[in-house]
Amino acid sequence: MRGHLGTRIAQIIPTLLLVSVLVFCLQQLMPGDPALVMAGEERGDPQVLAQIRAELWLDRSLPVQYLHWMGNVLQGNLGFSWRIRQPVAQLVFQKLPVTLQLGAMAFAIAVLIGVPTGIIAAVYRNGFWDYVANAVGLAGLSTPNFWLGIMMILLISVQLGWLPPSGYVPLTEDWRQSLATTIMPAFVLGNAIAAILMRHTRSAMLTSLDQDYVRTARAKGLREFVVVIRHALRNALIPVVTLGALELGTLFSGAVLTEQVFSIPGFGKMVVDAVFNRDYPVVQGVVLVTAFLYVMLNLLADVLYVVINPRLRGLEG
Amino acid sequence: MRRLLLAAACVLITAVPAFAQTLRIALRQDLDVLDTTLATTYVGRIVFAGLCDKLFDIDEKLNIVPQLATGYEWADDRTLVLHLRSGVTFQNGEALDATAVKYSLERHLTLQGSFRKSEISSIDHVEVVDPATVRVVLKSPSGAFLAQLTDRSGMILPPKATEAAGKDFAAHPVCSGPFRFVERVPQDHVTLERFPGYWDAKDVHFDKLVYQVLVDPSVRLANLKVGTVDITTDVVPTDAAAVKADPKLHLVVYDALGYFGITNNIANGPQANNPYGRSALVRQALDLAIDRAALVKVVFNDMFTPTVQAVPPSSPFYDAAAQVPERDVTKAKALLKQAGVALPVKLDLLTFNDSDILQASEVIQSMAAEAGFDVHIQAMEFASSIQASVRGEYQAYMIGWSGRVDIDGNTYAFLHSGQGNNASHYSDATVDKLLDEARGTVDVAKRRTLYAQMWPILRQDLPITYLWNGRNIVGMSAKLNGFRPVPDGMIRVQGLEMAK
Repeated sequence: MRGHLGTRIAQIIPTLLLVSVLVFCLQQLMPGDPALVMAGEERGDPQVLAQIRAELWLDRSLPVQYLHWMGNVLQGNLGFSWRIRQPVAQLVFQKLPVTLQLGAMAFAIAVLIGVPTGIIAAVYRNGFWDYVANAVGLAGLSTPNFWLGIMMILLISVQLGWLPPSGYVPLTEDWRQSLATTIMPAFVLGNAIAAILMRHTRSAMLTSLDQDYVRTARAKGLREFVVVIRHALRNALIPVVTLGALELGTLFSGAVLTEQVFSIPGFGKMVVDAVFNRDYPVVQGVVLVTAFLYVMLNLLADVLYVVINPRLRGLEG
Repeated sequence: MRRLLLAAACVLITAVPAFAQTLRIALRQDLDVLDTTLATTYVGRIVFAGLCDKLFDIDEKLNIVPQLATGYEWADDRTLVLHLRSGVTFQNGEALDATAVKYSLERHLTLQGSFRKSEISSIDHVEVVDPATVRVVLKSPSGAFLAQLTDRSGMILPPKATEAAGKDFAAHPVCSGPFRFVERVPQDHVTLERFPGYWDAKDVHFDKLVYQVLVDPSVRLANLKVGTVDITTDVVPTDAAAVKADPKLHLVVYDALGYFGITNNIANGPQANNPYGRSALVRQALDLAIDRAALVKVVFNDMFTPTVQAVPPSSPFYDAAAQVPERDVTKAKALLKQAGVALPVKLDLLTFNDSDILQASEVIQSMAAEAGFDVHIQAMEFASSIQASVRGEYQAYMIGWSGRVDIDGNTYAFLHSGQGNNASHYSDATVDKLLDEARGTVDVAKRRTLYAQMWPILRQDLPITYLWNGRNIVGMSAKLNGFRPVPDGMIRVQGLEMAK
């Protein structure tokens, strides 16, 4: 197990280096001169454009630009936003907790909806509740985030007046207000993942419920609730945990749209603005930090996998 | 369980905020840097309107009126003498005097990365006559110069605080406006608080301003309806009816400074080499094939003004003689025949990804087809389309201009030979001469005559097919009084107040 973890940790640095090269090269392929975007309506003045290019090192070769950026990153400096002239690290520090809060709430909602409905669907296989759970799951998978977001704003905020339609308040400032502003986007974001979790929980539970040890547990006279939760679910959760970790990537990408719709100043909104404004240092910084988080979360999933499945504890590599 | 649900509902309901004495203003996008010298965005100017006063302001009829300067006179055609308001202090307590004005203008001219330099490059030097008088000497006469002082170039900064902050000035900007800076969370909001030492404090009726970034028009409208924002610019025309119908809201529609049109590639690289780029007759045919009134009605709910010139009807330089022609498909066909081009005339129309502009392009495509054009729409993301136009990788480009107070800002850089914004590479000696002469005089009547001579030439050559003048569409709480519909679209907080 220790060796397996060691290998996974050793893979992190080359992975991140590869990501940094990829994101740097890919954004160079984007059409749209950053100097023209930066200049805004002053773009008609060639002197202004030349000055911007010189200031931002855009007049140097690509390898020089990359090495300059990477040199700074290795010293813990992610650079300055070209557009708002603030350190990228400061922006990341400001925005990351927002997206993490949103992601954590969305994931909690997904688990709270997806796992119980999956269990119910499996226990009442081919029955009424199974069909209801499947219909809900299908609806969750098929509904686009941005549409659901706008509909919820119109219904819950505009018509019913229950929640603020958009914006964000940090947990540390006012936790009630913070929950009020994030519960709707978290539901929108968690909705699709809940559907995926439901379907996988159902499928894993169906397999578990057919196993001999479940039959034995029933034969021992255990209550059905205990059989389902303590015996069948524990084994069924193993593939669900792995899937959950993979879905964390979906959470980050989903946050891009959700934050845009609900005007939440998180990572997703920052990266969208940065791409449209050709604010390369911000794009690079955000992608690098996101890649790091994704790798770390998958590492965490590996550890959890072993914790849940005792059979893997003795394995090496 | 019921108790839990009840408690959760209470938490959520009580969390819906109440904002007393705070004015919440929605912005359609995030602003850039909060430094008057380095800023470029339109939304940034809306925030500066609360934070920084200017030497002059403009009124609803585009007249230049006093703000930090109480008056001015031209000592000669190159020397402008400014008289400053006495007793004005910056938000850090520094006195606003002639030295501060000289410092600010010189900072705009010399700071690395300044976007104001090109606006006031006609300045030769600035002299302090006495603490309340400044003499600005220009290199050559400029009819457009005074108007530049009604925007960011005319915003005055405190020399000591600005120098002390250095490159960090934008993180904690200090100005002389009615509200001072509190905090900024990028992509989210900017908060300003009332500056008690403001020279016109009696006209300020809020304690706090919060500029909230709300990119999606539907979300902006939802916030306005719910009351979490009090006022928003840039209501989209299709949402205007919803604002109008809501008794809690009030809609104000008024002239904006800019225009929207088709920039035609006449000589910018190989892509100009086609019947449309080569022949003015073909461009005239397309112009006649477009029914601007119908276009505006279909796409913008009739809220914009069809036009054939670069300034709105409220501008003192609007030429009543240059009227929108009636659509005439027969004449358009005759012009194509006269030009001797093969039908249909193929034309690539470049546009950017905006649903309204795409729809307008499709309407033009359909109208043009009736006259003998085969228009192919090329939609791109905005930054990419700008780059394509600069490089000449286009035949015709749907693009607008937000507009400037003086007509020079809407014409010179787009129509004069060799200018950076002249993406069509249009060059006409008479138009150049008229633009230069109009720029070089401060006599408004004479300038009006010169511009009036220019429009007939431009209507023949059509480097830009002007389509409509935009209008500001502002939605606000019906309780908000004192809003001034000034064409620059800024929200002037002086005089605004919320009825009890």
